[in-house]
Amino acid sequence: MHELSIAKSMVDAVLEQTAPDRVVAVHLELGKLSGVEVDAIDFCFDVVTRGTRLEGARLSIEQPAGQGRCRRCGAEFAVTSLLSECACGSLDIELSSGDQVRIRHVEVKRDVRDLRV
Amino acid sequence: MCGTCGCDEQSGTRTLELERDVLAKNDAIAEHNRLKLNALDAVAINLMSSPGSGKTTLLEATITAVDGRSPVAVVEGDQAASLDADRLRALGCRTVQLNTGSGCHLDAEMLDRALAELDLEPGTLVFVENVGNLVCPALFDLGEQRRVVLAATTEGEDKPLKYPHMFRAADLVLLTKTDLLPHLDFDEGHFASHLNRINPRARLLHICAPRGDGMDQWLDWLRSARSLPSGSASAAPSASS
Ligand SMILES: [Zn+2]
Repeated sequence: MHELSIAKSMVDAVLEQTAPDRVVAVHLELGKLSGVEVDAIDFCFDVVTRGTRLEGARLSIEQPAGQGRCRRCGAEFAVTSLLSECACGSLDIELSSGDQVRIRHVEVKRDVRDLRV
Repeated sequence: MCGTCGCDEQSGTRTLELERDVLAKNDAIAEHNRLKLNALDAVAINLMSSPGSGKTTLLEATITAVDGRSPVAVVEGDQAASLDADRLRALGCRTVQLNTGSGCHLDAEMLDRALAELDLEPGTLVFVENVGNLVCPALFDLGEQRRVVLAATTEGEDKPLKYPHMFRAADLVLLTKTDLLPHLDFDEGHFASHLNRINPRARLLHICAPRGDGMDQWLDWLRSARSLPSGSASAAPSASS
């Protein structure tokens, strides 16, 4: 299950960039053609955040649809699956969207000790 | 919002725009691996397939065929044990065993460690035998220059349609165990057209390593992989593209 290492990488990246704050929400972009399952990420997120500054954080996931450009005729079109073909019959499609696994933003809460500042 | 730092004074939270690919760190290490391999004029070939498709048998035949004419090393990924690595060491091949435990794929950091342990001599052909699994390894760039996906005739001709991410990432697909074709209801034409649907840029070779069928073409492909400019020629893994 690659979702476990995806979740770990995500949590590591967030921890790296938010210290020392507590993270209350993570907004993730998970393309519909990324090959990463939302339910599995949800489950893994709870597991890997335990005992970290992300424990209990809300995970919100946006699922951008696929969009691609045909390498043969250059047409741009909506790609619904990795088996989608261009109107010209070509299957050689370069995805411009739909395969991303990206952290958009996080919401953090200052550590209580910092509130005096 | 307070206007200075974007914090919401009511709830005490503020938003940080990170805009970062989840696998950015893996991909940076992969790039480091690729530069290191290029500098040594070494080529790493990532072999991916389901369990039992014949990766280790192919490697045995390849090492025997190369027979010391070119330095070869193998990075052997398995969830546990070192049975495959033992088979290759028996042929005198330098092998590093990586056990992933519960992990179902190798990542760039593991390859980085393995390359350091191998202390490669220039011009080495490095085979990375990934964990047997057609899903997870497709998403992780290791820094290899070429990706080879093996599919055995016994697995059925629908494999490319069932595992599109994996077959999209392939530079070369090896259809293995072709000696079994007379006993199977397997249509080679269908397999080829399914693969073409998913990845028209992938080359397809038929191979039966124990019998030697297709070995010449495979060795030719390896030679061309060494002389071509490195870097993945075709589709990168989807999560990082
Ligand atoms: Zn087209």
